Amino acid sequence: MQLTGGEIIMECLLREGVDVMFGYPGGAILPTYDAMTKYLDRLHHVLVRHEQGASHMADGYARATGKVGVCIATSGPGATNLITGLATAMMDSSPIVAITGQVPVAAIGSDAFQETDVTGATLPVTKHNYLVMDVEELAYTIKEAFYIARSGRPGPVLIDVPKDIQNAKTEFIYPEAEIHLPGYRPQSSATEDEIQAALELIHTAERPVILAGHGVTISGASRELQELAERCNIPIAQTLLGKGNVPENHPLVIGWMGMHGDACVNHAIQEADLLIALGMRFDDRVTGNIKTYSPNSKKIHVDIDPSELNKNVPSDVPIAGDLKTVLRQWLSQLEQRSHAAWINRIRDWQEDADERDILKHDISDPLLTPQVINDLWKYTDGNALTVSDVGQHQMLEAQYYPHQRPSMMLTSGGLGTMGYGLPAAIGAKFGQPDEEVWAIVGDGGFQMTLVELATARQENININIAVINNNFLGMVRQWQELFYDKRYNATPMFTPDFCKLAEAYGIPSMRVTKREQVQESVEFARSIDGPVLIEYMVEKEEMVYPMVAAGADLHDMKRRPKPGEK
Amino acid sequence: MATDTHMQTKSGKITIVALVENKPGVLNRVVSLFRRRAFNVDSLTVGRTHKPHVSRMTIVVDSERMSPFKIKANLEKLVNVIDVQVLNRAPHVSRDLVLIKVRTDGAERSNGVTTVCEHYPAKIIDMGPEFAIIEMSGTEEFVEQFIDELREFDIVELVRTGVVAMGRGTRIQDTEYQPIINGNNVHKNVV
Ligand SMILES: Cc1ncc(C[n+]2csc(CCOP(=O)(O)OP(=O)(O)O)c2C)c(N)n1
Repeated sequence: MQLTGGEIIMECLLREGVDVMFGYPGGAILPTYDAMTKYLDRLHHVLVRHEQGASHMADGYARATGKVGVCIATSGPGATNLITGLATAMMDSSPIVAITGQVPVAAIGSDAFQETDVTGATLPVTKHNYLVMDVEELAYTIKEAFYIARSGRPGPVLIDVPKDIQNAKTEFIYPEAEIHLPGYRPQSSATEDEIQAALELIHTAERPVILAGHGVTISGASRELQELAERCNIPIAQTLLGKGNVPENHPLVIGWMGMHGDACVNHAIQEADLLIALGMRFDDRVTGNIKTYSPNSKKIHVDIDPSELNKNVPSDVPIAGDLKTVLRQWLSQLEQRSHAAWINRIRDWQEDADERDILKHDISDPLLTPQVINDLWKYTDGNALTVSDVGQHQMLEAQYYPHQRPSMMLTSGGLGTMGYGLPAAIGAKFGQPDEEVWAIVGDGGFQMTLVELATARQENININIAVINNNFLGMVRQWQELFYDKRYNATPMFTPDFCKLAEAYGIPSMRVTKREQVQESVEFARSIDGPVLIEYMVEKEEMVYPMVAAGADLHDMKRRPKPGEK
Repeated sequence: MATDTHMQTKSGKITIVALVENKPGVLNRVVSLFRRRAFNVDSLTVGRTHKPHVSRMTIVVDSERMSPFKIKANLEKLVNVIDVQVLNRAPHVSRDLVLIKVRTDGAERSNGVTTVCEHYPAKIIDMGPEFAIIEMSGTEEFVEQFIDELREFDIVELVRTGVVAMGRGTRIQDTEYQPIINGNNVHKNVV
């Protein structure tokens, strides 16, 4: 069958199981948009309002489903607008395929209208990228791109397709053969020596802690991880992106780690004699001062990406491999152990933290973000898929909304991209239409991508948007309060009337100023089939505790005083 | 005659050899990786091999500042990089090639240059009344020693290829890679 390049792109997307793509048209991608018209019954196209939104939507879709998210943009400015979303996906190992139009082959290198060296510009923020110079190679390239995006350590892959290649016709033969790339060997397991070395440490440890990261979710290793923890009675600490990879109400889950993580977890890490790091990468937000990090522990580190091993923290048993495979290898020889005293010790630290919890402070006015998040959790039965933006509300969401399933809390962890929340929530809802999706965003980050309200309206996508309005760039203000003598430069923020704004987009809304209204707001949101916005007017100068200052020792946490203490 | 006592990489340096797909843009990917990870490179050479679809890179880095295994792990992440080996501990030979243009006007100068060249495995490949071009190859250290001896004459131009290296004996770094899929050479034009 003779097909154009544009039609080949559509045929290949269908064969990859794609059902939705997020994009924005323009001159250099028009042949593909024209070809799309014949496929719209099987491939839904979501028109975004800014290409950054398209890349975050593809990312949200990917994280919520584990499938590859697809975004499309035109050449030049369309493609450069994708970059923030690609970088976000790269940092958090989220599989995306981005397709961009390029100027015609003959015009490449001539500074043609809307020409940007997109493969050059996206090189550092993609797992791999392609510039397709011959229509004969288009189908194979797309197949290869999906394979690379989803296999091994997933990540974004970009395919730049010149306009004339989209127009060119060729006989379409789908490459059925499996992808074989000489320099790409994504799957592996542990060697027998590695298994024995790991088991030896696990069996003899007295104060072990499991550090469970995003890799557990990506590898689908939740059950294996739980089995490991239960058989050896080992407490589990989760990373921000690992939250929910084992139900957070599981008795062995002690909380999450790092800068704003649970104090008991950070103490446990510092006092541990064994860290079992699974699918996590010892980010600086997780370790604090690397020189004093968990000084007395041996480390086992399993990651599918060998370049993560010994990168930040040297490990005694580094294992490059797929987590699920490696855990199964361990489990076949794993003996039972008990660590009751150690776990009790951690529980004591936890009790101390519970006493400091601001929810214990009995404040009824003003409304506090932890109250809002806690009540959202309560009235959504702790079962919503939440997507946060970046800032204080993000950390508080992690603290006050525990999740019981993997892939139920999406957030930009590695890059900390403000503006992620709303578009990623739209993408997530497309991927998981049966989940109750809440975007929880700050007034700052929301304003970066709120143009996607129009997308939500046009698609009538059923998401709930909780805007946590403190009239500040809250997290930056917190740093200014702590480290810059409260010189609040460029953090107080005018915000529009978000409810009126929602109204302008035809989106129902509600403003909440008192805690009693939170329950009503959830009921209101649930009653509406389509996008809805709730604006929560919260205390302007809240603090997120505990906090490990950047570069401080992990155990050196700024804590909230207990009630009655100053 | 001066002899090259060192066969292999200069001490304090590490040599990494990478086989990569011979495609446009691959060198850019490698260089971009080094820049973004702040890997400091002493020298990097790239050239084709006996297999048309495979190129070979020799990369020399400062061992004090860089872990070669970190570099290897990162290089291997690049999709177009087929195989990476760190040569520093294994016996290997390494060669750097230099072309030097020196002033040769006046008998004294010209005789001096010729004498130095006689002490080394150097060739005078272009001899004119005013300038000569000399070619010499050897380990990086040996080439540097040669250049130092010529400094007292007037060096007006100098170019070095950078180090290339190969493991000795039965140690063979090769790849079976054939870029054939479905009977087609699929990669010919994808950058
Ligand atoms: C795109 C981008 N620009 C700047 C920052 C730096 N930054 C981190 S948190 C933050 C404040 C966020 O404020 P807001 O969205 O109102 O959320 P809050 O912290 O008040 O909950 C800023 C500016 C960032 N993370 N991302």
